[in-house]
Amino acid sequence: MLGFLKRPVVVTADINLNVVALTAVGLLSRLWQLAYPRAVVFDEVYYGQYISFYMKRIFFLDGSGPPFGHMLLALGGYLGGFDGNFLWNRIGAEYSSNVPVWSLRLLPALTGALSVPMAYQILLELGFSHCAAMGAALLMLIENALITQSRLMLLESVLIFFNLLAVLSYLKFSNSQKQRPFSLSWWFWLMLTGVACSCAVGVKYVGVFTYLLVLAVASVHAWHLIGDRTLSHVRVLCHLLARAAALLVVPALMYLLFFYVHLILVYRSGPHDQVMSSAFQASLEGGLARITQGQPLEVAYGSQVTLKNVFGKPVPCWLHSHQSTYPMIYENGRGSSHQQQVTCYPFKDVNNWWIVKDPGRHQLVVGSPPRPVRHGDVVQLVHGMTTRFLNTHDVAAPLSPHSQEVSCYVDYNISMPSQNLWRLDIVNRESDADVWKTILSEVRLVHVNTSVALKLSGAHLPDWGFRQLEVVGEKVSRGYHESMVWNVEEHRYGKSQEQKERELELHSPAQMDVSRNLSFMARFLELQWRMLTVKSDGSEHKYSSSPLDWVTLDTSIAYWLHPRTSAQIHLLGNVVIWASASLATVVYALLFLWYLLRRRRSIRDLPEDSWLRWVLAGALCAGGWAVNYLPFFMMEKTLFLYHYLPALTFQILLLPAVLQHISDHLCRSPPLRSLFSALVVAWYSCACHVFITLRPLTYGDKSLSPSELKALRWKDSWDILIRKY
Amino acid sequence: LLWDETHFGKMGSYYINRTFFFDVHPPLGKMLIGLAGYLSGYDGTFLFQKPGDKYEHHNYMGMRGFCAFLGSLLVPFAYLIVLELSKSLPAALLTAALLTFDTGCLTLSQYILLDPILMFFIMAAMLSMVKYNSCANRPFSAPWWFWLSLTGINLAGALGVKFVGLFIILQVGWNTISDLWHLLGDLSLSVVTVGKHLTARILCLIVLPLTLYTATYAVHFRVLNKSGPGDGFFSSAFQARLSGNNLHNASIPEHLAYGSVITVKNLRMAIGYLHSHRHLYPEGIGARQQQVNINACFFLADPLDPSFPVEFVRHGDIIRLEHKETSRNLHSHYHEAPLTRKHYQVTGYGINGTGDSNDFWRIEVVNRRFGNRIRVLRSRIRLIHLVTGCVLGSSGKVLPKWGWEQLEVTCTPYLKETLNSIWNVEDHINPKLPNISLDVLQPSFPEILLESHMVMIRGNNGLKPKDNEFTSKPWHWPINYQGLRFSGINDTDFRVYLLGNPVSALCAAWGPGLSQVLLQGGGQLLLGWMLHYFPFFLMGRILYFHHYFPAMLFSSMLTGILWDTLLRLCAWSLASSSLARGVYVVGLLSLLLGTAYSFYLFHPLAYGMVGPLAQDPRSPMAGLKWLESWDF
Repeated sequence: MLGFLKRPVVVTADINLNVVALTAVGLLSRLWQLAYPRAVVFDEVYYGQYISFYMKRIFFLDGSGPPFGHMLLALGGYLGGFDGNFLWNRIGAEYSSNVPVWSLRLLPALTGALSVPMAYQILLELGFSHCAAMGAALLMLIENALITQSRLMLLESVLIFFNLLAVLSYLKFSNSQKQRPFSLSWWFWLMLTGVACSCAVGVKYVGVFTYLLVLAVASVHAWHLIGDRTLSHVRVLCHLLARAAALLVVPALMYLLFFYVHLILVYRSGPHDQVMSSAFQASLEGGLARITQGQPLEVAYGSQVTLKNVFGKPVPCWLHSHQSTYPMIYENGRGSSHQQQVTCYPFKDVNNWWIVKDPGRHQLVVGSPPRPVRHGDVVQLVHGMTTRFLNTHDVAAPLSPHSQEVSCYVDYNISMPSQNLWRLDIVNRESDADVWKTILSEVRLVHVNTSVALKLSGAHLPDWGFRQLEVVGEKVSRGYHESMVWNVEEHRYGKSQEQKERELELHSPAQMDVSRNLSFMARFLELQWRMLTVKSDGSEHKYSSSPLDWVTLDTSIAYWLHPRTSAQIHLLGNVVIWASASLATVVYALLFLWYLLRRRRSIRDLPEDSWLRWVLAGALCAGGWAVNYLPFFMMEKTLFLYHYLPALTFQILLLPAVLQHISDHLCRSPPLRSLFSALVVAWYSCACHVFITLRPLTYGDKSLSPSELKALRWKDSWDILIRKY
Repeated sequence: LLWDETHFGKMGSYYINRTFFFDVHPPLGKMLIGLAGYLSGYDGTFLFQKPGDKYEHHNYMGMRGFCAFLGSLLVPFAYLIVLELSKSLPAALLTAALLTFDTGCLTLSQYILLDPILMFFIMAAMLSMVKYNSCANRPFSAPWWFWLSLTGINLAGALGVKFVGLFIILQVGWNTISDLWHLLGDLSLSVVTVGKHLTARILCLIVLPLTLYTATYAVHFRVLNKSGPGDGFFSSAFQARLSGNNLHNASIPEHLAYGSVITVKNLRMAIGYLHSHRHLYPEGIGARQQQVNINACFFLADPLDPSFPVEFVRHGDIIRLEHKETSRNLHSHYHEAPLTRKHYQVTGYGINGTGDSNDFWRIEVVNRRFGNRIRVLRSRIRLIHLVTGCVLGSSGKVLPKWGWEQLEVTCTPYLKETLNSIWNVEDHINPKLPNISLDVLQPSFPEILLESHMVMIRGNNGLKPKDNEFTSKPWHWPINYQGLRFSGINDTDFRVYLLGNPVSALCAAWGPGLSQVLLQGGGQLLLGWMLHYFPFFLMGRILYFHHYFPAMLFSSMLTGILWDTLLRLCAWSLASSSLARGVYVVGLLSLLLGTAYSFYLFHPLAYGMVGPLAQDPRSPMAGLKWLESWDF
């Protein structure tokens, strides 16, 4: 108590000037002329529209990644006072004055700049010399591709930042493990590891690979901890629990938090609503919520409903029928029942209304009190505008001949009786006595006579069916599929006895007031699922490339071209760094294998501590490269050179480690060692030279002449744009 | 005739008739089927058209008998493997019983399918690996060599039947690596001895299987020397090998010259030649000029003046292609293509060869191994439009009615080299040039091997499930969620239904879960099960229930060992030794009887049944529909 009276309060601060200097040059290289070019550069066109959605609070769906990255970019827009009014439609379009370009690009640039001192820190924590650590940071500093990518409104540099942060904080944590477990800094670094991992995953899904790597290293360390007999059982248990909490629970919670914030931010309905389920749409402000507000909840006999397919692929659509009949004979010569078509129609239409009828009674109105329809009840569905019954029979469907045709029954007075009884099967019921609820219930309509379920086949009917989607009856026994499931979207209790009145009623919009709120978890699960399954159109792109092209830098991406001069921004790597980093990985792998085999024969080339250091550096750096690179071979989406940058960062970290190892352990004599150092210096200046040569393409500030540009085209596959005058 | 017999039986007949065909699986399995059919006197004339056809007088029993024989060998193999691994006779017997009474395994091995052959080789490889492991204390002895090389032979067999054989190779590879790692750590062995071990394994497990695998292909191509339904999948040069194909023994000028009449074929499409006809593109789709799409017809590499001496076309030359029938030029311009909106439209333009500057194309040879000239069949060429800089290619999309449902031809602005934009010259007429025989141009064996693998991989990738279809998911399999109908839908048909024995499935589902207790023998089997099962979760192609059966073999063996051990543990921990013995025996017997009884219940599925469907209470199978998803 009151110790400060006896002794003065002393604050000692260690300031590593190296770090300060590296941060400064990092900031300089990334922030210099940040607002230039004042035009949409490459994928900014894509991220920009999501920022606009955030600014306008409009719901959107983006399959490319979780919302955290977009939210970070939007934060820049928020701080810069962006109102979201900009049409992101064309690369190269000039920004209007209301777009705060500088603050939008600030965050990626900051993260890019901070990656430089972090590389330094990581190498230090791995136990390598200051010299090697400086080397790693300086390499990061002059890597052209990293600079280009972090100076624009793109997410790769943010991802790299969080990847490195996760690795760094884990190293800090495991180093403080040796000295003071459960101290404040120990907890801090442990928690930071978890947070950084979840942020990396939250920016892009590929962040999950780094997370898994950190988890793997952590579990190996934990395994050693369990084997440590000097620790008491309780203590080991505490260690394990702390790790599980920080590395499993915290990231999961953080991930949920991102979505929570995201859903709070975007609460208005927007252009992507259609993809979501009716229940989700009803939870957004405007849009469907406005229509469904006040609908009766329980579907009763006599209810007028529209039925939406839950699967909604290829497009979301509603069960539909119209006056036209199936053609007597199809083009391929098969016959049909020639009855009224039943289709699935992707637009709202008065013909989407159906009336739920009790097979035992005649009236099409809701009695009072309304009799709700329950799971297992047999119903008939009557098409509102034509008063024909939904029907299926053993006739092959027009495009899916293995399934049954679904029609609205027309009595031609031939020996084809109507079969229009359907059993209601509520898929997401809680008990067998559940009532059919608007929006919330997902139902299958199972035909009583033939036990087929109403299904959206996904095929588009030809011209006779107005290109609407085919609806068929598929044997229930073929298995459960979401395309067989429907839900009621619009709903009202029918009151009109007469057909004319009823038509009028069908035309008038449904209104009343009941609010239906989905829980956050339900919304999160649905959004996440849709994001993962949303189909990208898989279109080819001029600058797409395959993972094999990346290692050798056999590809490039033109980001931006000045509208008048030939100043341009081009994603190109520093060839020297690129090549030597790959070489270092190969050297590491060979040396590692060599040492490993020799150790197996009990020949110890390295002292134990430097062997452990060597293994850990490999596990994190070479491992980081592998986990961030190899999975791309399995991916089917369109790939670009910038997908390689996270992997490249890890390779760059490995490079100085390998160099230091060669100098320490393989260069035995002092003259050899000095020669090696001289070579390294020469090599580094070579890399600097490449950096300076490619600089105009990195920053795009200087217009080069066609001959200069041609001279820069070191590889045929580099597509540098040369203006023809 | 049942289910996939239509494919594999037909392919067996192709071998007997020596006609060339294409399949997504390697040839060994079908070759063996063909051989069995040949030896048993089948003449290859049955058509194998659709499931449910009758064989009538055709002698098919040889082929079925061969598959069934291999299928029945699985039981003794499993018995021997378990015996070797666990040294416990009851466990081995239990395994054998599980497999004998498994209706699924029985169904699968009764018919002309690849699966019994594949499973035979997998189990044989496993058995010889286990045997050779137990010879480890006598390295380089005769049995050691015998089992080691037998492992290699069986690996080649497994891979030669289906690519799924890759998984057993991984397992053997893993076993070998860990084995070598132990040998390396044994300091009593000299480095030279370890080197010898390594060499022996490379020889027997890499070189030997590869040689055999390649040999099956050599036989495959040697046997199938007649043109058949598989021609179109392969390149023109390949087709020239097959007798009956119009390229076989043809003689055409070797190098392309100005003034030659040629047909141009796309490398990607199954049968796609550059084609044009007198019909114009309809209103509203780009310019109203003559359609160009994929199909067979002639083009003319256009000369400057026909009276000039022969001048060969070279890489990088600027050429004009004139359609022979309509004398319009191949033309492209900045209009979007009819279907692929990002590409440019390709048309036929001009009258009698006079067009405009949009008719010029630069010809580029991709593989310049044969020099700068353009060689018929072998040169892969790209045609680059001079004005727009785009590449002539095909999008693979089918044009609507107005284009006669032919494939769309576009000019893509994306310069990446894909097969879609690479062409080769097939027919070639030029009276000024000497004809040579096409035999000179025939590809070498390694080229054929590579090409057929590329075609197979592409075929496999093409088997994608549709969005709105119900497909079998890997998680369905171990729990026997749904079977596979082999034949017959209606109650009057003869029906066979592939479904595992539910009781064994119930026992086996426990197997992988609890088997950590068995590190030694169980570890190998657990690894085998995982290797044969989990990769399917990552596969994009369409999957069927029968893909699980190799994994099922491992899980059955695992189950045998597991229950044996469990019962032993339970019995001995519960009671005194005499009682324990009783408990143990009773436990084993009840398991055996349970599977046997369930087999008795479900055997009609495998041996085929006629009569009402299972929903009908009159059916003998009524009450056996334990899961709603079973469909018999």
